[in-house]
Amino acid sequence: MSEHILLRHRDIPNIKDLAVYQAHGGFEAFRKAVTEMQPDEVTDEVKKSGLRGRGGAGFPTGLKWAFMDKRNWPHYVIANGDESEPGTFKDREIMEENSFQFLEGVAIASYAVGARRAYIYLRGEFWHVARWLDQKIAEMEAVGLLGDNLFGTDYSLRIYTHLGAGAYICGEETALMESLEGKRGQPRLRPPFPPTYGLYGKPTVINNVETLTNVPMIIARGADWYHTLGTEKSPGVKIFSLSGRVNRPGNYELPLGTTFRELIYEHGGGIIGGKKIKAIMPAGASSSLLPATDEVLDTPMDYESVPKVGGMLGSASVIVLDETVSIAWLVKKTVNFFREESCGKCTPCREGTYWMERLTERIASGKGTPQDVETLYDVGRQIQGKTFCPLGDFATMAVVTGIERFREDFDAAIKER
Amino acid sequence: MADSVTLTIDGQQITVPAGLTVVDAARRAGIEIPVFCYHPKMEPVGMCRMCLAEIGRPMRDRATGDFLREEDGSIKIQWGRKLETACTARVMEGMVVRTTTEKVTAARKSVLEFLLTSHPLDCPICDKGGECSLQNLTVAYGPAVSRFYYEDKAHAPKDVPLGDLIILDRERCIKCARCIRFQEEIVDDPVLTFYQRGHHTDITTFSDPPFDSYWSGNTTDICPVGALTTVDFRFGARPWEMRPAASICTLCPVGCNITFDVRREAAAGGKMVVKRVLPRQNEEVNEIWICDKGRFAGYHFAESKDRLTQPLVRKDGVLTPVSWEEALEAAARGLEAARGHFLALASGRLSNEDLFNLARLTDALGGVKALDAFMAGGDLTAQFGLGEGSNLADLGKGDTIVVVASDLEEEAPLWWLRVKQASERGAMLIVANPRFTKTERYADVALRYRYGREAEIVLGLADEGCSCGGEAVKAVAEANRLVVFYGQEGMSLPASRALAQAAAHLLVKTGHAGKVGSGMAGVWPRANAQGAWDMGFRPQDDLAAAFRSAKAVLIAGADPAGDDPALAAALDEAGFVVVQELFLTETARKADVVFPVLAYTERSGTYTNGELRVQRFYPAVLPPQGLLADFTVAAKLGKRLGIALEANSPAAIMRQIAEAVPHYAGVTYEKLAEVHEQYPLIRRTDLYYGGTAYANVQGLGVALKPTAREAVPEVEAPAVSGPLQADLLAVPVTRLYDRGALVGRSGTLQPRLPSGAFVVLHPDEAARRGLSDGVQAVLQIPAGAYAVTVRLSPQAPEGVVLVPRSVGVPAREIAGCELRVKREE
Amino acid sequence: MSSLAEKYPDEVEAILAKYPPEHKRSAVMPLLYLAQRDGGGYITKAAMEDVAHIVGISVSDVAGVVGFYSLYHDKPAGKYRIQVCTDVACALRGAEQFAEALCENLGIKIGETTPDGLVTVEEAKCLAACDHAPVFQVQTPDGLTYHQDMDIKATLELIEQWRKEAK
Ligand SMILES: Cc1cc2nc3c(=O)[nH]c(=O)nc-3n(C[C@H](O)[C@H](O)[C@H](O)COP(=O)(O)O)c2cc1C
Ligand code: SF4
Ligand code: FES
Repeated sequence: MSEHILLRHRDIPNIKDLAVYQAHGGFEAFRKAVTEMQPDEVTDEVKKSGLRGRGGAGFPTGLKWAFMDKRNWPHYVIANGDESEPGTFKDREIMEENSFQFLEGVAIASYAVGARRAYIYLRGEFWHVARWLDQKIAEMEAVGLLGDNLFGTDYSLRIYTHLGAGAYICGEETALMESLEGKRGQPRLRPPFPPTYGLYGKPTVINNVETLTNVPMIIARGADWYHTLGTEKSPGVKIFSLSGRVNRPGNYELPLGTTFRELIYEHGGGIIGGKKIKAIMPAGASSSLLPATDEVLDTPMDYESVPKVGGMLGSASVIVLDETVSIAWLVKKTVNFFREESCGKCTPCREGTYWMERLTERIASGKGTPQDVETLYDVGRQIQGKTFCPLGDFATMAVVTGIERFREDFDAAIKER
Repeated sequence: MADSVTLTIDGQQITVPAGLTVVDAARRAGIEIPVFCYHPKMEPVGMCRMCLAEIGRPMRDRATGDFLREEDGSIKIQWGRKLETACTARVMEGMVVRTTTEKVTAARKSVLEFLLTSHPLDCPICDKGGECSLQNLTVAYGPAVSRFYYEDKAHAPKDVPLGDLIILDRERCIKCARCIRFQEEIVDDPVLTFYQRGHHTDITTFSDPPFDSYWSGNTTDICPVGALTTVDFRFGARPWEMRPAASICTLCPVGCNITFDVRREAAAGGKMVVKRVLPRQNEEVNEIWICDKGRFAGYHFAESKDRLTQPLVRKDGVLTPVSWEEALEAAARGLEAARGHFLALASGRLSNEDLFNLARLTDALGGVKALDAFMAGGDLTAQFGLGEGSNLADLGKGDTIVVVASDLEEEAPLWWLRVKQASERGAMLIVANPRFTKTERYADVALRYRYGREAEIVLGLADEGCSCGGEAVKAVAEANRLVVFYGQEGMSLPASRALAQAAAHLLVKTGHAGKVGSGMAGVWPRANAQGAWDMGFRPQDDLAAAFRSAKAVLIAGADPAGDDPALAAALDEAGFVVVQELFLTETARKADVVFPVLAYTERSGTYTNGELRVQRFYPAVLPPQGLLADFTVAAKLGKRLGIALEANSPAAIMRQIAEAVPHYAGVTYEKLAEVHEQYPLIRRTDLYYGGTAYANVQGLGVALKPTAREAVPEVEAPAVSGPLQADLLAVPVTRLYDRGALVGRSGTLQPRLPSGAFVVLHPDEAARRGLSDGVQAVLQIPAGAYAVTVRLSPQAPEGVVLVPRSVGVPAREIAGCELRVKREE
Repeated sequence: MSSLAEKYPDEVEAILAKYPPEHKRSAVMPLLYLAQRDGGGYITKAAMEDVAHIVGISVSDVAGVVGFYSLYHDKPAGKYRIQVCTDVACALRGAEQFAEALCENLGIKIGETTPDGLVTVEEAKCLAACDHAPVFQVQTPDGLTYHQDMDIKATLELIEQWRKEAK
């Protein structure tokens, strides 16, 4: 990869300093947007770029902005920095190392939708990130990049950080808003969607940190330039968080459409100890388990291709499993995560994750029976499609695909007893 | 938007009001979609997932807006990928709903199976057994065997008091949040919460005292399982052993419809015993709610050991048990001798039938019909009251409500609730009170005045030049419907009379008098104050003097001697005293003859509530031997005095009332027992939907027609006196939880009742006087000196001591006072 | 007990200033962090009442928030809470063994506190540092710090240093 778009600190040391960032064209896009473009033009440019949400669902960003209800004010922008999906660690690197590009993205998005207040919601564990961003925001205010009458126009903007306190569900956009409103982080009924009814019941754009970090470059260089990256339907670059049994785990910014094989073997340095790769979780703990066949390894990682092999691109947190890993054990780990993080609002998720946890523990510890595996599979299927928010479905993905695709691991776990 | 929409549910086409949820629409078509978290009185939340259904919406041509059609001409339907919660989906023209498909049945079964994994399945010892939604729905849809390992079941404490009245069984709770939402959404006491999350989610309260709300009992009705139970009913009886008896709560002028559940008990010597009180649906009165006072304190007095069981006659200075014959004879002789100098004192505790007979008796003796009350205006409410065609639930945008001199939640909880809801629907709410009250949270305009100036404030609302703010005056003048509640805050008889006149004047002057839906209502302390006025009883400006000058006094349903030392002294000077009572009260102790009478749970009759609705109550338990109803006592006395009165049939008395009292014309017991369909459809066969509130099959009552509907009389604006001048004013106020004669006998509510006399002061006022919270003090008022505990509240105005009624200090009216620290002798 | 608003007027004001005045409730979470700091690592009922008072909601509503989030505590524990990520991605890189070994060295079990009250070891869910396993965060009354690419030796040294500081 020649040039980083998002992880630019890897090319430009100290880009987290305001002077360095500005020396490399920083905040010119924001200035251009505010002084030379109408808000809708900004939205149109983002729409044209084909940028899709990097938080998991992949919803077209410009379209989301265009949905904002213009009869109801004020508008808000929220940057989703909750980053809690196991296996995901890209937003943290962006915010820590390329902070101003992210903040500029928040600012441009705010201008585009007419928001005068933007919040950055950070998972509670990102205590230091909050401190850091507060400092960066203060620096921007000091030089007039935030505050009243920006660039001599009547546009004013303030950005605030808000720390969560340890709850995965708060990454879900409506739970996040509840949390930001000082309530328990439980998801809201949708529709209405945030562009109609968001923070404080007002129209709100909520985007992932990485999504927003793309925006300054799109405005600076244009939507056409962005289309030169990635694939036709999935333009642009994506940060892949690579983890698990690889030699070089870490974030890799690559064009969408890069294959799993290239990510794992070229960038990630292959499997630890030269072992055989067994399976891939392409989207963190909430992914389906993809058997690491050649077909899968050669699948381009983009929004269209991954579903064709039975997965989702999601947040592109690629967890690699090798032959030493028992899927029965793995499923126990993912289920334990979702049981712990279920908000408890809806029955199938609250009770189903608990039941699955009991069963996966039984099976993984060698106390299970074949009937337990059947029951586990049924329980997973019974949860699917019935929960209030997607978390419930997430909890079943590894379970159901694990049993369907790696049944032998479960049989082996049971035999051990 | 159209007012109604037509949709198809399970092949059945129905037309329902727009805006309904699919669950509610289905019920109207007789199709039951099971729910747990949904409750027809609360906003849907879609949490429990029990109501999943297949919901299809008609497809429209984007350009023309027309329906797209299949080849056979039917409208093309877009079906969702997933099942939808029917409780959160709103009906839509052309919608198609399926609730009987395999997919839906499987989903219901799944959700139930999930719920049961955490449930203790302890139905045999559960108070809700037999009226539990989880139990019923499991029978209907649930799995026959459990695939969940019993040893995997999570255990939780089963006996967690959520305060003095409600107990939580954590294992049974299914986390539907109905209780939390009720407290937050309906009654705005957000004292319950979920603690923890996920599978650990628990119900808890952090308020002080715990579960601090006047409404807590309702959560046990709407809890779909046996997680929440009341302390009084817990392990008390199985639902199927009890027989329901329809009644009316008698503790305030709202007249909530209730049901007594009774059972014959060995422990009570084979007698019928009231086991619990549940609300009975009357959407025009109390919907499906009652307050905790009504639920926990409404009937215990009738069961208390100190009930009178025999007539008493004073012999050689001592009250001695005698036969009815002897007592009646003695009383009749005494009354006969006092012809022309007789006074009957009754209260709004008596039924219309009692009051009517007593009024006829008194008239025949040429006596005075006195009402035991510190509030006036019943004559005006008969003219300008709400009555026929009015329903507080109809109030909304364009309507205006004035609440003056009332801490409404304390004085008449259900009215408070209905006013709050009207305000939430958009009605303009004007709250005028010298201090902040909970009602003010919803007020569009809050007016403060100094005690004594309440009538003036109300008159001001009729006057464009008033200082109380143009917004309020405009809202009153332009209201579609105008409703005025005038209450008990700081009231004395003259002040209340002026206030009532001011309210009537306001209605007349703004053109609302006689209009359906508009009117005034006195927030009286008694259930049947209106009935007492209607039967001709009137409060006396100087009751003590009236006692002194009477040659004979008959007192029924009142205890003036117990309430006020001055009246006790006056009564001593009355010639001959007859008392009808349940207990040997202070007044009864002074009597020459005492008749023991039946409690309202033991007989039938009617009350007229503050909205002019006449309602019937029925006997719940068998009458104890040897006791008579008040109206029978009057009739038996009448017989001896040559006055023909109906002794046996209250229905017959009502026929006489209908003839004698103009605005009761046409009221009959049959009419009072009529019902019609009420929405939401609360029925005992579908407990999961509305809860355990009873359906109303015994009668919704009859709303009277206020006389101003025929011709609007002029009402003079009252002469208003200036504010009371005193360094420190003692102001009588009403608290829901007092130690009144009836409530004080409730064991259940005991821990929530004040333990003794107290007064409330502003912290700054207290500081100035060297008083602090909790200190023992002496309150000097005209009636005497009283030991009180001082409590501080920033909501008390300065220069004022709030003196709660019926907790030990007989403050009958506002007066200057002194308050000083009690010196230890 | 004096209230947070009296003890830390500037901080409370700065927190409230972040949110629209009509949505004070939003300040609950940052105020709870402040209360937790003030309370030495956990939040008492009195502190909840205080926060409720500042933002104008019921204590029960505040408690509901405390109970929901894993970084608020309603009971005291060690001064340093070592929260080791043992979630999927880290577990694939030896995090479970690390946590176990750490506990063994400290002579406690997961969830327990060392007898001197210095350290509590807890398991945490993914900390967004999967490429730096073993990783843990240390929660103290004052906040959180990340410690990445750790081993037992470095961890024990860290604890030793805390122990010295505590004296
Ligand atoms: C259970 C759950 C957890 C989520 N966690 C995150 C998260 O940590 N970060 C994030 O950006 N989006 C997360 N999302 C997705 C958000 O709801 C939302 O779609 C996203 O923030 C939108 O931003 P985007 O359009 O830029 O992707 C989560 C969704 C669900 C259902
Ligand atoms: S206690 Fe009852 S009403 Fe409350 S959440 Fe539990 S099941 Fe629902
Ligand atoms: S947390 Fe969303 S369904 Fe349970």
